[in-house]
Amino acid sequence: MKQRAGLLVGAVVLVALALVPLFVAPYETGIMSRILIFALLAVSLDLLVGITGLPSLGHAAYFGIGAYTAGWLSLNVSAEAPVPLLAATAAGAVAAAATGWLAVRSTGVFFLMLTLAIGELIFQVAQQWESVTGGSNGLFGIPAVRIAGSPLTLAGFVYWYVLAGFLVGYAGLRVVSASPFGAVLRGIRDNEPRMRSLGYSPFRYKYAAFVLAGAVAGLAGGLLAAQARLVTTADLGFTTAALALLAVVIGGAGTLWGACLGAALVVLVRDALGPRLDGHGPLVLGLVFIATVYLLPRGFAGLAALRLRRRPA
Amino acid sequence: MLSWFDTNLVSILNGFAIGSLLFILAVGLSIVFGMMDVLNLAHGALYLVGAYFGYQFAGDTSSWLGFGTALGTAALVGVLAGGVLSSMTEPLARRPHLDQALLTLGVALVVAELLAIFYGNDVLRVRPPPGLNGSMQVFGNTYPTYRLALIGIGVLIAVAVFVVVERTTVGALVRASVADREMVATLGVDNRLVKLAVLGVGSGLAALAGVLGGPIYGAGPGLDERVLILALVVVVIGGLGSIKGAFVGALLIGQVESLGRALVPDLASFVLFGALALVLIVRPRGLFGAPKAAV
Repeated sequence: MKQRAGLLVGAVVLVALALVPLFVAPYETGIMSRILIFALLAVSLDLLVGITGLPSLGHAAYFGIGAYTAGWLSLNVSAEAPVPLLAATAAGAVAAAATGWLAVRSTGVFFLMLTLAIGELIFQVAQQWESVTGGSNGLFGIPAVRIAGSPLTLAGFVYWYVLAGFLVGYAGLRVVSASPFGAVLRGIRDNEPRMRSLGYSPFRYKYAAFVLAGAVAGLAGGLLAAQARLVTTADLGFTTAALALLAVVIGGAGTLWGACLGAALVVLVRDALGPRLDGHGPLVLGLVFIATVYLLPRGFAGLAALRLRRRPA
Repeated sequence: MLSWFDTNLVSILNGFAIGSLLFILAVGLSIVFGMMDVLNLAHGALYLVGAYFGYQFAGDTSSWLGFGTALGTAALVGVLAGGVLSSMTEPLARRPHLDQALLTLGVALVVAELLAIFYGNDVLRVRPPPGLNGSMQVFGNTYPTYRLALIGIGVLIAVAVFVVVERTTVGALVRASVADREMVATLGVDNRLVKLAVLGVGSGLAALAGVLGGPIYGAGPGLDERVLILALVVVVIGGLGSIKGAFVGALLIGQVESLGRALVPDLASFVLFGALALVLIVRPRGLFGAPKAAV
């Protein structure tokens, strides 16, 4: 019964998302695209934070690496549709594989610190490697994505492109989360020594989750390069990483859809409300964040669970 | 060897100056973390508050009065802020430690934005006090006097912290809390008071480091994240809750930041990461971290 209701809600949301460009002005459609991109980043982070129990403060690094890869390829090699996205996903996975073997050795707050350090170092590399990343100017003038040779320039078409990428990434994570693999990850989150004594190797599972999350973050980065057509070092900096974690926590860690709601709130405050606040959106977000930690320990998703429990069966 | 030493003397001295600063910054972070498992992500924001106090009182003219006022105000405000942070995390004491870290992250975002609204986005200058604003000859190299003084201050503070923590009753209480805080609570000591005191002193030192670092790094947005990350790397390398570890880690990272950048400018970030990775692979709990039972 509950599952059928969930499916129904999912279908309604999907149809509504698909219809957005038909009813919404181009600027607002652009903001919707940004929400989807950031939501995909937040969902990939939720795989680490909520499902595996690894709070990362450096996840924006893989997002940024994906964005730079897609942007650089579009500029120098090819902007033909799946190429930049596939490369961005691969780059995110490779970067996560290269750094994750160190990070997943630790847990809890230690993991938070290590990922923060790793993220910052990747940020420094992006800042210094000017020949590829454009340094502090960023990578600009990225050509529009081409599908079968024709460039995708209208905001609505770009939105559908982003939506398709988002759905692929989201569905992938959903499947992983529901699989036996996802169950093992939850087991590690709840009781790592027990999982070890059952014969599982927590290191391997955590490492696999880290690489997978990096790959999806890279995919989100690839979508960013296609939508914003500009990649700057801010996209892989501390603030982006902190906002992504914030989105997961506000939404409710471990539910995947909660992270999407959190991401929507973050992007709305930052990009839609931000200009009216003189670009100081993070101030509002910081306050929201503090309030969430106190009042909603389990985020929006916690509210929904509460309501379901109170309703008589 | 001698000529190598001679050409890199300035970098080595710079490394010591940065190391001094990092120690003052990291020692509070390390003890709070070691004792309460609370990662204070607002530590960098406290440093930034101190740096802006430095600009406020010692930005225009070089005077002992201004610099002294900045130091005093920063220390006081830092201690108070530490107290506020301590009472803010208290309601979360029964929740996972991550929640407390997230709370300090929110506080850090808010404080950094408020400072940016108030002081703008430019990097502001802080002037060293008179007598220290010139430079002097060190083995035939010209070197800013202020940085030499900073090395001295760092050593003084290190000695003071070491004596207090290792040789006094209060210090014994702090060390005991790092080792086993439930046992200390059983002996009738209120953990919350120890945490309040340690967080207060640690935050005061962070704000103090902001003023002291002002003449070198200035005050500007983004500085809080940079110093927070350096301090975290110091704490991870040195080991949680260890004063000796914070000292050695700070000196090490100071040299990596300075000498590393001078010798291999393109690889400096990798050197920092490499040092961190190496220490964590060889000694996962840091150089001086005690092997702690699972929490």
